[in-house]
Amino acid sequence: MTLIDPGSPEQVPPTPSHTVGPFYGYALPFSGGEEIAPLGHPDTVTVHGHVLDGAGDPLPDALLEVWGPRPDGTVPRVDGALRRDPATGGFLGRNGVEFTGWGRIQTDANGHWYVRTLRPGARGRNAPYLSVCVFARGLLVHLFTRVYLPGDDAALAADPLLTRVGDRRDTLIAADEGHGTYRFDIRLQGEGETVFLEYQ
Amino acid sequence: MSLTQHDIDQEMAAERVAYAKRVADGAPVEHHPRRDYAPYRSSVLRHPKQPLVAIDTRQDPELVELRSPAFGERDITEIDNDLTRQHTGEPIGERITVSGRLLDRDGRPVRGQLIEIWQANSAGRYAHRREQHDAPLDPNFTGVGRTLTDAEGRYHFTTIQPGPYPWRNHVNAWRPAHIHFSVFGTAFTQRLVTQMYFPNDPLFPYDPILQSVTDDAARHRLVATYDHGLSVPEFSLGYRWDIVLDGPAATWIEEGR
Repeated sequence: MTLIDPGSPEQVPPTPSHTVGPFYGYALPFSGGEEIAPLGHPDTVTVHGHVLDGAGDPLPDALLEVWGPRPDGTVPRVDGALRRDPATGGFLGRNGVEFTGWGRIQTDANGHWYVRTLRPGARGRNAPYLSVCVFARGLLVHLFTRVYLPGDDAALAADPLLTRVGDRRDTLIAADEGHGTYRFDIRLQGEGETVFLEYQ
Repeated sequence: MSLTQHDIDQEMAAERVAYAKRVADGAPVEHHPRRDYAPYRSSVLRHPKQPLVAIDTRQDPELVELRSPAFGERDITEIDNDLTRQHTGEPIGERITVSGRLLDRDGRPVRGQLIEIWQANSAGRYAHRREQHDAPLDPNFTGVGRTLTDAEGRYHFTTIQPGPYPWRNHVNAWRPAHIHFSVFGTAFTQRLVTQMYFPNDPLFPYDPILQSVTDDAARHRLVATYDHGLSVPEFSLGYRWDIVLDGPAATWIEEGR
């Protein structure tokens, strides 16, 4: 079936977006937010990098959410990322067995973030990628981008988004650092600005 | 040279004029702030300069972004939606209940999805280490809540009316009282972080964060409605605020609704 055009006048007008900042740090991050991969899973990859502003300075107050499919390309519908202790109300942490596909990471004082998740599988016409949502003080509307993992040049060459962005495709492909670790910096503005996405 | 409220007021007025001209020239109504809204100074170095690349989800229904992360009963506790019961004592301030429905743009409820809120205490102070507002902390109030919407997309929180607080965008800048909301939909593309405001706040015209929503009707949608029917006798006042998620949603058939 066809989705209704988001601009159609019959639709209910949406609630406007706002900045997350500045004082979300005691509310949104949670322990184990970065550790999306089940413990010891052989398809674990680590992706890390910095979030940088238009002056090249790190953002110590960015919040990232990472969402991706399983290695076989299916999408988890598993809760428990925010598992709680009913007795104390505190976070129990993930159980280390299930894969929810989603995590949330706050940058540190150097604007650095990392996530350990499962290597994403391909879906539809797309090369495998992780979806990333960026929130920060100063960002009035969050930003979506993608982390493509290098290695399968044929899949990357055929990916519909990467073919469209041309020269800027390198901002969407992580750098392989070996041992299942990849580097992906997010530049909000200016030189080397990351490609950000708008879904319609 | 320090920026005064008058300076910021003039910048905001210029933004409103520019928006009115864009709409008069045929541009679509803007439901959301522009990321480059300069009167909110923190935005200056943090908005992309390149246009966003559009992804037509109708061409690509398999996108993982058209699914949403899942949350369930394990992710919340029974009293997470009562911010007045997180400590051993009673928090200071006026108790309020905040309730509404979570909908998509077709008016359909978003069921069983996570809503997170956070806010300052009645003195306008957050429980955050870097918060330096010269106002008291309340040892009985942290200001964080969570809930899952019900089968009709309804949510409900009990909390304290937050206070306004000063921030340093410009000299004598004050944020109107607000509650932060973090909301998930049926698709990751519908992700929303926003703020709910209280009716008749005199600070509305002065706040560049609220005024970044340049469209009058859109800005009005951020203000809750006082609803006496939601108040609890001798306990709390009631506010109603429905949330409508933008962005492509998971298709009806796929969700089995």
